[in-house]
Amino acid sequence: MKKVVLLGDEAVALAAVHAGLTAGYSYPGTPASEIMEYLIRISEGGKKFIAKWCVNEKVACEEALGVSFAGKRAMVSFKHVGLNVAADPFINSAITGANGGLVVVVADDPGMHSSQDEQDSRYYADFARILCFEPSNHQEAYDMTREAFDLSERFGIPVMIRLVTRLAHSRSSVAVREPREQNHKLEYGRWEDWTLLPVNARRRFRILLDRQKELKDYAESCPYNHLSLNQADHRLGVVVSGIAYNYFREVAKGLSSEPSYLKISTYPFPENKLRQLIGQADEILVIEEGYPFIERFIRGVMGIPGKKIRGKLDGSLPLTGELTPDAVAKALGLPKKTGLKIGEFRLAGRPPQLCVGCPHADTFKALNEALKDFPGSNVFSDIGCYTLGALPPYNAIKTCVCMGASVSMAKGGAEAGIYPSVAVIGDSTFAHSGITPLLDAVYSNTDMTVIILDNGTVAMTGGQPSYGTGEPLVRLLEGLGVDKNHLKIIIPLPKNHQQNVSIIRDELAYHGLSVIVARRECIQILGEKKRS
Amino acid sequence: MKYDIILAGVGGQGILSIAFVIDNAALEDGLFFKQAEVHGMSQRGGAVQSHLRLSSAEIFSDLIPLGEADMILSVEPLETLRYFDYLKPQGAVVSSCTPYVNIPDYPPVEDIYREIKKAPVHVLIDAEKLAKEAGSLRAQNMVMLGAASVFLPLKEEHLRKYIGVLFQSRGEQIVQTNLKAFDLGRQSAFQKH
Repeated sequence: MKKVVLLGDEAVALAAVHAGLTAGYSYPGTPASEIMEYLIRISEGGKKFIAKWCVNEKVACEEALGVSFAGKRAMVSFKHVGLNVAADPFINSAITGANGGLVVVVADDPGMHSSQDEQDSRYYADFARILCFEPSNHQEAYDMTREAFDLSERFGIPVMIRLVTRLAHSRSSVAVREPREQNHKLEYGRWEDWTLLPVNARRRFRILLDRQKELKDYAESCPYNHLSLNQADHRLGVVVSGIAYNYFREVAKGLSSEPSYLKISTYPFPENKLRQLIGQADEILVIEEGYPFIERFIRGVMGIPGKKIRGKLDGSLPLTGELTPDAVAKALGLPKKTGLKIGEFRLAGRPPQLCVGCPHADTFKALNEALKDFPGSNVFSDIGCYTLGALPPYNAIKTCVCMGASVSMAKGGAEAGIYPSVAVIGDSTFAHSGITPLLDAVYSNTDMTVIILDNGTVAMTGGQPSYGTGEPLVRLLEGLGVDKNHLKIIIPLPKNHQQNVSIIRDELAYHGLSVIVARRECIQILGEKKRS
Repeated sequence: MKYDIILAGVGGQGILSIAFVIDNAALEDGLFFKQAEVHGMSQRGGAVQSHLRLSSAEIFSDLIPLGEADMILSVEPLETLRYFDYLKPQGAVVSSCTPYVNIPDYPPVEDIYREIKKAPVHVLIDAEKLAKEAGSLRAQNMVMLGAASVFLPLKEEHLRKYIGVLFQSRGEQIVQTNLKAFDLGRQSAFQKH
């Protein structure tokens, strides 16, 4: 078998191609971006399938659903909070069911390396009542993704692959298998399955409920849910899932005897295997990356009489942040190791920051100066590199919640009495989720100022294409009904500073809706263009 | 055989390029490897690190436990100190002495060197000077890889091969510059070690 060096994300992408993918869709977001990056790289190498960045995750999920309707295999991938955006089609795709194989890949970010929360997507899979795979390593990421397509077609449901940052962004070698061809025939879904009128939806939901037993049977017999019993030692039983398994195996070498364990990598829960493990152990330790999902299931409200259950809920492991081999070693009662010490030396932190020469920096400087004349102002902002404008030396923004929220929150803020109420949003974030709230603001002629930082790319995640940039962005704004007299374009450069301050000041003073486009290309992208 | 490396630097200094070369050389040498890297927000001028593990047997954890790293390989001296807690008592520190100052409270560089020199095994390399000598300031990462190669359980020819693979799309001249940077770093480490 051929071995290739891949990121966890790339292992999923390659597996999808080998499983006969017809189309993959995504919106950039750490730690999931490299799935689509890799699909695009393969497709540009001459493979005949679709690999597209979409305007947002909901659109991506629906496009994938359309492919599935047509009987072909589709994959949609995004970060955990992207699934919030796509939650509507995602949950309902479990009701329509999948025709061609439909795989939903979600990359969670425990520890919030690059995210605003650390929500656990396994709850979504449970909520939708579908199968979920949680690979622990690169080989499983590849194997499970291939299998997920087959299972999606066998059970007629979408299947989730749940990744976490440490696997998504870890590199290792993977043995790959012979590719399968795409589904060649167009096979349309039936209207009575896919038109979720109540009469159909009730029937479809019943079918999904009836299918749960098959899913449970599958998870029970699935070799990825592996039970290892140590008959000689009944003191401890360990339940591990996903990459927690790696930390457990890494440090368990230090124990006098290896405890019994159940590795869970496929959901719904393998209840019989769980009962077997719990039945023979005096104490249970649950180790999982993310929320205490399995632990709560096992514990229930009553606990298990006579058994001690340890994990995140009793403080044996931290409730927030990523697991580490050290945290798992501690939970297993192993001594803490330390390395070299740097003593009294004060280690200065080095947080991320805007690049030298970044256009956002010039916009923030001009905005800060213009706002000096307006006490009581507030700048609502959004998700992207410019969120770093919250930090010194800019201290320019006060909020960052979710994609597009700057525009809607600025409208709400204005309606609550904040003046000037300002929204600062990037071009791609605007295309993703800023257009609809701006339409709201146009219809109310809300007294607010929206600044769109148009650097022409999705910069934070590595420079993916933006679908709302340049002149088309201006035409879009005009089309939404933004007053041309209060639609301004500035070029954020140090030499334009005074002029930009004056334009921003005028629009802040105007009592109605203004939109200012601060247009200058991301210097990272500019640099790459020059180098290539 | 097991060899754990903490790779450190500042976003944009090219530590993932170092990792690419080591990963592929390890695979060519028939070793298992796992390499956890940092993408996204931290890459914007912030501290970045990568855990790189090589072994002749299967590797489980993507992360290196505290006190178990055999080497800290760092393209920036302050970043070297950030991960001391991971190093084994007899582990090697291979560090650039060229500071990357993009924060207001950057400590006096002499204090940083003094701390690094407390490690029983350490090599401080003038990466900036050697990269310039090789022909490109951007090649400081390959200088450091060259210096580390003195300690790494990998064949030099395989490291050189994947430097070639890494830079081939940028043309032969860039490949030669980076190979020269590697050689200069290697020589410098031999002299100092």
